[in-house]
Amino acid sequence: MIKATDLTKSYGDFIAVDGINFEIRRGESFGLLGPNGAGKSTTMKMIASVSQRTSGGLEILGLDPNKRGPEIRAHLGVVPQQDNLDRELTVSENLYVYGRYFGLSRKFLKTKVQDLLEFAQLADKAKSKSEELSGGMKRRLTIARALVNEPEIFMLDEPTTGLDPQARHILWDRLFRLKEQGVTLVITTHYMDEAEQLCDRLIVMDKGKIMAEGSPAELIRSYSSREVLEVRFGSSKNAEVAEQIRGLGDRIEVLPDRILVYAEDGEAELAKIHKLGLEPLTSLVRRSSLEDVFLRLTGRTLVE
Amino acid sequence: MRHMRKWATAILIFGIGNPILYLFSIGLGIGALVDANSGGAGVDGVPYLTFLAPALLASAAIQGAQDETVFPVMQGFIWDKGFFAVNSTPVSSRDIVHGVLTAALIRTLITTAIYELVLLGFGGITLANMLPMYVTAILAAMAYSCVMVGMAGYASENGSFMEVVQRLIIFPMFMFSGTFYPIETTPIYLQWFGWISPLWHATDLSRAISYGHSIEPWVLVVHIAYLALWAVVGLAIAYPKFAKRLSA
Repeated sequence: MIKATDLTKSYGDFIAVDGINFEIRRGESFGLLGPNGAGKSTTMKMIASVSQRTSGGLEILGLDPNKRGPEIRAHLGVVPQQDNLDRELTVSENLYVYGRYFGLSRKFLKTKVQDLLEFAQLADKAKSKSEELSGGMKRRLTIARALVNEPEIFMLDEPTTGLDPQARHILWDRLFRLKEQGVTLVITTHYMDEAEQLCDRLIVMDKGKIMAEGSPAELIRSYSSREVLEVRFGSSKNAEVAEQIRGLGDRIEVLPDRILVYAEDGEAELAKIHKLGLEPLTSLVRRSSLEDVFLRLTGRTLVE
Repeated sequence: MRHMRKWATAILIFGIGNPILYLFSIGLGIGALVDANSGGAGVDGVPYLTFLAPALLASAAIQGAQDETVFPVMQGFIWDKGFFAVNSTPVSSRDIVHGVLTAALIRTLITTAIYELVLLGFGGITLANMLPMYVTAILAAMAYSCVMVGMAGYASENGSFMEVVQRLIIFPMFMFSGTFYPIETTPIYLQWFGWISPLWHATDLSRAISYGHSIEPWVLVVHIAYLALWAVVGLAIAYPKFAKRLSA
């Protein structure tokens, strides 16, 4: 469906996307993860066939987006990071007008708009102006709008940022249904739970490059351990204790507030710590998550 | 396009109200003084109202085109970012330029027609000249629109680009385009403003149609060619700027 080879995009001297390779198959749900400035959105814009690549190859639905942008865009649904609804139009007009941009017939849109209003749970708001909606409603409307042309590829750039948990779960449910209908999903997010929920396969990007690729489970297997033991000895003593327990588990990581022990069996490692005569203030054994993988690959330093 | 329906009432009220106010205050008010003081000779050999009407018509058309290009472009790129939404459909950046211009054209067609009817009612123009003057005003408005669409494409988030354009280009243009008095009476160092202004070209052309204000045939050609040039230059600015901005 989508194939990128050495895909590169630079703005002047700045290389936003640096020669990445990936392939997205039909019906798959594909995630792009990475910290801010990793090049996710730039990659999305190139797939959305609005931004021209600087070099490398990109093929979408078998076509070159640099040359056949409008043709490809006819089959895409794009949900941008920031809602760009038409504030002066009503909810249903937003859907209708957007459909007209795709050249869809009035008759088709009449029923389609109704379906989408149901889908987005906005039927009772159909006549409200879009600027009067709450954040979650606007997001749902933006998503519904992007579905007006029954896209083959549905692209969402941070779909749930700023939404409350209820709205997030409703949205996940809707996306899951689309996937069941065979729509290919391409999603960027920095919520790891979202990626685990939604993505069959994902890439982790940092500084324009791909750091890792695979299913969430595969990534956890190759970049983290099965379990993580978190122990706290108090911020002043952590470093000192770390010296004593070095060698435990597969790997340990010392953070200012706690020590992480990556291991196959967290409880067993905790028992070893007790055996050394050390008493942590708190301890917690949990399963490894995508977040551990993410932090390992992209580092813990803050990216602005 | 759909926006304009929402604003239709406002556009109509200003479309009718503006010319009426202008005509009362300047056309009839100042006109009475001018005509009285010139011993009935008026300006350029005709009553002041007749002299003024073609200029008002052209400037109203241009002003309307201005509103209907600058604001939608700023809205599309900056305030609502709607152009980006439209651009993620099969609609291309050029289509968007054309869309804005079409909306401006439709609005100009309507308001200019209203303006003419008001002018006709006040006796500023004659029925026979309505059509050619209409065409002239529309031509000027569209030429101007093209340039404004291009310019507005450069407006940035926090910048005061359009305010600068407004004060340094648009305002002087209305002042020094021979709208309220013949351009020849302006000091020569200000006359160049009129020469580069599409408004003056349109006004001069429209006066020639309206009351036979004498111009050489070649000047006539220059007027039309100059307006066409504005349209071409405007599009030459707008197309690449829109394409670049939408793909950034």
